[in-house]
Amino acid sequence: MSDTATETVLSIRQLSVALPKGADRALAVEDVSYDVKRGEIMCVVGESGSGKSMAANTVMGLLPKGVRPVQGEVIFEGQNLITLTEKQHRALRGLKIGMIFQEPMTALNPLMRVGAQIAEVFEAHGKLTPKQRQARALELLIEVGIPQPEKAIRAYPFELSGGQRQRVVIAMALALEPVLLIADEPTTALDVTTQAQILELIRDLQRRRGMAVMFITHDFGVVAEIANRVCVMRHGQIVEIGEASEVLGNPQNEYTQALIAAIPSNAVPPHREANTTAPLLDIKRLNKVFRSRGGWFKASREVRALDDVSLTLARGETVGIVGESGSGKSTLGRCVVRLEHPDDGELLLDGVNLSQLKGDALRRERHRVQMIFQDPYASLNPRTRVGMAIAQGPIANGTPKAQALKQAGELLDMVGLGASAVERYPHEFSGGQRQRIGIARALALNPELIVADEAVSALDVSIQAQVLELLEELKQRLSLSLLFITHDLRVAAQICDRIVVMQHGRIVEQGSAEQIFLHPREAYTRSLLEAIPGRDAPVAATA
Amino acid sequence: MSFFARFAQNRGALVGLIILLMIIAMAILAPLLFPESPWRMVQRPFLPPMSQDGFPLGTDTMGRNVAAGLMHGAWVSLLIGLVSTSVALLIGVPLGAIAGYYGGLIDDILMRFTEFFQTIPNFALAIVLVAIMQPSVTSIVLAIALVSWPPVARLVRAEFMSLRHREYVEAARLVGQTNSTIILRQILPNTLSPIIVLASLMVATAILLESSLSFLGLGDPNVMSWGYMIGAARTVIRQAWWLSFFPGVAILLTVLALNLVGEGLDDALNPKLSRER
Repeated sequence: MSDTATETVLSIRQLSVALPKGADRALAVEDVSYDVKRGEIMCVVGESGSGKSMAANTVMGLLPKGVRPVQGEVIFEGQNLITLTEKQHRALRGLKIGMIFQEPMTALNPLMRVGAQIAEVFEAHGKLTPKQRQARALELLIEVGIPQPEKAIRAYPFELSGGQRQRVVIAMALALEPVLLIADEPTTALDVTTQAQILELIRDLQRRRGMAVMFITHDFGVVAEIANRVCVMRHGQIVEIGEASEVLGNPQNEYTQALIAAIPSNAVPPHREANTTAPLLDIKRLNKVFRSRGGWFKASREVRALDDVSLTLARGETVGIVGESGSGKSTLGRCVVRLEHPDDGELLLDGVNLSQLKGDALRRERHRVQMIFQDPYASLNPRTRVGMAIAQGPIANGTPKAQALKQAGELLDMVGLGASAVERYPHEFSGGQRQRIGIARALALNPELIVADEAVSALDVSIQAQVLELLEELKQRLSLSLLFITHDLRVAAQICDRIVVMQHGRIVEQGSAEQIFLHPREAYTRSLLEAIPGRDAPVAATA
Repeated sequence: MSFFARFAQNRGALVGLIILLMIIAMAILAPLLFPESPWRMVQRPFLPPMSQDGFPLGTDTMGRNVAAGLMHGAWVSLLIGLVSTSVALLIGVPLGAIAGYYGGLIDDILMRFTEFFQTIPNFALAIVLVAIMQPSVTSIVLAIALVSWPPVARLVRAEFMSLRHREYVEAARLVGQTNSTIILRQILPNTLSPIIVLASLMVATAILLESSLSFLGLGDPNVMSWGYMIGAARTVIRQAWWLSFFPGVAILLTVLALNLVGEGLDDALNPKLSRER
């Protein structure tokens, strides 16, 4: 394999791709050139809107309607892909170029068994007999390391976990032994530990087969983990390109430096003084079980989302709840703000038990605990002006409308948007700005406690850093108490005084951020820490 | 930008509004242009259009003036279409909203009630209702409203069910808004588009339903309507096409106009579209 290591598989030359009229810029990709060589992983990194996926879509012939290449060429095995007809392109897809998508559930047909879907890849290109196809499907499933492949081949996608589904998608992409594999954010929808496994699988397969891999991601941690070469993009242009160790260890461009600095640092958080005042929030043996209604012939299912969870939070303290999906961390947050009704246990906020309140009594206490939501797009009513969205809380609690709107303006000023935002609608703002609006809304009622549920997970790293900075600043200024729920230990390390690790509805370990990072006691915590992408990679010192 | 300016940005909506205003003008001007009752026989029957002065659209099987019938009928048809749709919305929207927002037992009860109405064929129920209440404009409007609200309730319920778990609705609950405020301020505005589209189609169905009732002799005997005209002309459609053609075109134009206006309203109410255009 090593003798072919320098052979160029894909060569993109001065490619420009035009966006339809009325888009925010004329060209999605402008004058972009790079090569992908046999046996290397080329990472294309950029934030949303950087055009990082566009080149890959051009290669696959999967550009959205109205978007078309206007200049340059894409050379793959001696032919220019831009000039291919749809039919020629289709013959190439799957056969010579494989692709892995971001969301494994939507990339698979929910009503088709896994084996049949893999076999379909051969069928589409008229290869092998039906029997051979099944046999190959099984071999592929074994190769991508699915547990119990004989069973998995007969499973439907919904019966598999996210990581297993992504393995199936990879098996499909590899079925015809492509020369080039394009992976578009393949691990973004996965948990950290699963992400680590999938990254290892991709690296492993790439080495074994000597493929060229074009890996598109927004996460510099992932880049550090797997890239041979890196191409950093911004606004459709290449900002920096080079060997991974060069770009990560010694970034030349200012933007790259800023991006790398914005990664939540791997450095161990500094020790913070433990707060010894009486707890503001005292959760005692909280339980929550979700039951699905059974039918006539099927038993009802029970999921224990919270299992005897107890924890305290002091006034002015930030506690991070960390866990993978299904750990019950979000349910805990939703119980604390009482969007869910806990089955039993106590939820003492400054001595008042919120856990069993109902109806109007609950409504009157609601202003004491507020929440910052995950999705900046879904958390604001598209038909309500921003000022009103913030003022509606105080209005519901009896503040006169004019005064509430004036306060909304002041709050918007405080979160850095300016009071003029009051009159505008949510769709006029970017994701990061919307999240600031969400923070202003949570602050509007002067709550004693704020629960932030994955509040920065949907944002680009640089925006994430800004929002975290804002939260930190507000925390100091207003001495907020914060329950910060996240799947990302790096983010938790940045802002939290204490960290609580959850798994399967139970608290596995809790302690100061420093203690969790340096001396994790539990095996699960250690595996979470090890799974952080780019943990040991030579990343430039963060400022 | 004013509401009307936003509305007017949609060309189709403007055309629809103009057509609708013309039909309303027809209804208002009818007593002035044709002061005589449209039921009066004024010429020999089956007079083709444009064949004699004063009868631009000809006469019908009994020698009544088609133009007069068309203009007088505009009033009744519009009235029945709009009023019965409004009544149906007044029943269907709150029921659907409550069922969809609260779910559970309340939803079950309200939906079984809705299904009870849905299992009986629309037209049969309307006939029975009109027959019991005696044919009159009021009873026809009521009957049509009573048979056409279930689809509204179902639609609104489905919309509410999908919207009630949105984060902005949860945020509204968190700041302590009451259920009624959340229903009216947070969710209902976001269900307007499908409701408006459905309502404009319902006006059309109502006009057609009224014509079927008139055709069976269950129309209000004192008022001329487009539905009655089509119904009465059905048997002679091969000899006298104009008798069903003109009222048919009138219904078509009204429905089209309402659809276009509905679309324009939807655009004007949607903050996202209104600023992008």
